[in-house]
Amino acid sequence: MRRASIQSIIGILLLLSSGMMLPSALVGYLYQDHTTAAFLESAGILALLGSLLYWPVRQAQYDLRLRDGFLVVAASWLTLCIGGAVPFLLMESLNISVVDAFFEAVSGLTTTGATVLTQIDELPRGIQFYRQQSQWFGGMGIIVLAVAVLPMLRIGGMQLFRAETPGPMKDNKLTPRITETAKALWLIYLGLTIACALAYWLAGMSGFDAISHSFSTVAIGGFSTHDSSIAWFNSPLIESIAMVFMTFSGMNFALHFMAWRNATTLPYRQDAEVKVYLSLLLFASVAVSIGLYLSNTFGSVGESVRYGMFQAVSFLTTTGYTTASSHLWPSTLPVILLMMATIGGCAGSTGGGMKVMRVMMLFRQSIREIHHLIHPNATIPTKMGGKTISGKVMYAVWGFFFLYMASFAVLSVLVTITGVDPLTAYSAVGASIANLGPAMGEVGDNYSSLNDAAKVLLAFAMLLGRLEIFTLLVLFTPAFWRD
Amino acid sequence: MKIVILGAGQVGSSVAAQLANEANDITVVDTDELNLRELQDRLDIRGVHGYASWPSVLMRAGIEDADLLIAVTNSDEINMMAAQVAHSLFNTPLKIARIRASEYLQHPELFNSQDCPVDFHISPEKEVTDYIKHLIEFPSALQVLDFADGRAQLVTVRASEGGWLVGKRIKEMTKHLPEGVESRVAAIFRGKKAFIPHAGSIIEEDDLIYFLAARKDIQTVISEMRRLEAPVKRIILSGGGNIGSSLARALEKKYHTKVIERSRTRAAEIAENLETAIVLVGDCSDVELLQEESIEKTDVYVALTNDDEANILSSMLAKKLGARKVITLINRPAYIELVESGTIDIAISPQQVTIGALLTHVRRGEMVTVHSLSGGKAEAIEAVAIGDRSSSKVIGRRIDEIKLPSETTIGGIVRGDEVMMAHHDNVIEKGDHIILFVLDKKQISAVEKLFQPSIAFI
Repeated sequence: MRRASIQSIIGILLLLSSGMMLPSALVGYLYQDHTTAAFLESAGILALLGSLLYWPVRQAQYDLRLRDGFLVVAASWLTLCIGGAVPFLLMESLNISVVDAFFEAVSGLTTTGATVLTQIDELPRGIQFYRQQSQWFGGMGIIVLAVAVLPMLRIGGMQLFRAETPGPMKDNKLTPRITETAKALWLIYLGLTIACALAYWLAGMSGFDAISHSFSTVAIGGFSTHDSSIAWFNSPLIESIAMVFMTFSGMNFALHFMAWRNATTLPYRQDAEVKVYLSLLLFASVAVSIGLYLSNTFGSVGESVRYGMFQAVSFLTTTGYTTASSHLWPSTLPVILLMMATIGGCAGSTGGGMKVMRVMMLFRQSIREIHHLIHPNATIPTKMGGKTISGKVMYAVWGFFFLYMASFAVLSVLVTITGVDPLTAYSAVGASIANLGPAMGEVGDNYSSLNDAAKVLLAFAMLLGRLEIFTLLVLFTPAFWRD
Repeated sequence: MKIVILGAGQVGSSVAAQLANEANDITVVDTDELNLRELQDRLDIRGVHGYASWPSVLMRAGIEDADLLIAVTNSDEINMMAAQVAHSLFNTPLKIARIRASEYLQHPELFNSQDCPVDFHISPEKEVTDYIKHLIEFPSALQVLDFADGRAQLVTVRASEGGWLVGKRIKEMTKHLPEGVESRVAAIFRGKKAFIPHAGSIIEEDDLIYFLAARKDIQTVISEMRRLEAPVKRIILSGGGNIGSSLARALEKKYHTKVIERSRTRAAEIAENLETAIVLVGDCSDVELLQEESIEKTDVYVALTNDDEANILSSMLAKKLGARKVITLINRPAYIELVESGTIDIAISPQQVTIGALLTHVRRGEMVTVHSLSGGKAEAIEAVAIGDRSSSKVIGRRIDEIKLPSETTIGGIVRGDEVMMAHHDNVIEKGDHIILFVLDKKQISAVEKLFQPSIAFI
């Protein structure tokens, strides 16, 4: 019974993902770039697979238990990533290996933005659009989308929701009904995307580029339709627009919801996490700009600020757009940027990393421990925005922190074993697990030079980061499989 | 409908469970975060953690555009205060509060929009007391529910093994009734399935039969259905809480009533308010005490303490010692299914009894009474026909002309003081109270619509 309902949900999600091929097919048709057939074929294959999974168990009752949520979410993501790789393989002009196709699909859906494709400018429009679009669907979460549009996921939807949405506190529903919450999140997401696309277009991008980049900006993805990313446009205006929308998308969507519903900016001003997030952005921008100027990387103050700020915002939000080859910047600047990405966006945003909220909690808890040494008898609650954090949440955050670091260490060692040099390995794992994208060393621009084993490990790191470690790791514990 | 429920206790969570299935936006407020989380996992609702009567907490729960506030925290005062806050600060249109203390209930003039703005108050103790009173009046019935202020009643009996009902057709049953006495079998529950019987349906053993009749005829109808049990004379109530004491007060004039209460001070307290009933101090599972008070001659033993396990065990004990019939108050729904059709004759769930009273106010259309049947799976509804022939979908039409949703049947019509069983050629008049049975809860909204007059004519 349990297996049947999980199977049917995965079947439905495959059907949904087959539908997601259609916009790309349309784009391919509009630009006459001979990709339409491959997309339609992929849609057909996925639809067939989805129906084969769904049809025999369509009568299954949806009575998901808490632990089933993890399995459903992890299994769906894996299935969707594999499904997402199909068009790359069917596209004969691309001529890429199975591992590369999988890596690209995972990188897209997890909004990492690391790519193995080169000469992206030359790619057919259909493929370019497909990559951007996969980031957009992955950003808010395909399961959240499914909960919003498929009424049959209503019961048990909370379990799925919790396993997919980022952040330490996931029990705060925006609206009483789960479908309404999911719809509200997607509407805000859609709204931001449209606003972003319009702004890009008005700033001089072509319609195709504006839409494509709005997808990866709001999803905090980082894919671009050009090899040189945002630098291709060489326009301070476009860079500023990108920065504004990256900053907005890196905030908790619950805040956008409250602000939009009550038509006030109060939620932003009152939120403790946003304050720290903006301060971090400011701090990183200033630090990187000063570093660039002092090391004479760019001649003028203006250029240092322009490139320093953009890279700081792009890395801290874990987008991974580049306007300069930041991995070649001198001294510790690339390391600072990577560390910033590890902190990442706010809880409940589309950004990756550990999330500002968790880092704040860890920081405050640590300060509390120091106070405790000074006043051994004091009762010092750990507070966030005037509210005490419960011990349970705190333990979970510490557990997350350890697992994040442990995954980083173990995966880095494994990637090194496959024969990758340490700098590349460590930075690539760090950038993958934070869903950032560009790293250092060999993979500063492009991941194509890595070996297959390393690519699979990095793809796993991306999924770990997107599903926030627990959801995926829980499946690897024997206790999960014991009834 | 946007509903805010205060208190995730037994009543709060079962109301939430009932309403969440009917496309309502429900927010539950409670101070116990764990409890809320568990509820939120199980149901499609939102939980808000905090003190129920605080404006900021109510605001977080979305009281500003809520249509209905249901205050069922375990404190009367918080419930009333929350209603006050909702009324004064947020203009919430409908506020229902649970009020337990009879001190407040004795002054209904307190509850109006100037003083204590509670639109409807429900008192589980009172509901349960009335419910048990009915059961004692009709000892063969498992359930007696009132419609139209008690003019018509719905009675549930079980077709017992060897009883003459088993194997009979519905039409044979009604044929035996004396002239002028009318009854209608509205629904039969067989195992977990409910169905609307037709004249040819054959009754099987262990069927639960729900029939409707005028109050004055109930006794006659029951006697036709079952071998009539000897009338009740001696009653023992165990547990002298609010329900126990008010039940004792209601019963002492007609029956020989004894109350067992463990606490000496409480026993003294209730003894003061009782006239002929005897208050015994002791434990309800004390065999000697029960024997001393001749449990074997007792007609009805009712276990009413607030401890489910104690109630179940003492009822089983009483039954074994020879009590003719035992009635047990059980809070946990899981236990009810467990003990039903075992040694315990009737298990009463206070939530189940209370929830009907709540549902009455939640339903749209002109619903005067709603009774939740069989653990909330079905409902019996009393609706008033309002409007006129052109605006209403029921007035001026024959029963067989009304487009009833599936799994729904009209049981009877109450017109003034007259109670009529539904015949296909009855014509509904304005102001009739119509008693319906809805066996599939998905049809509730269709039934609501049926009784809402079209907007243009209001």
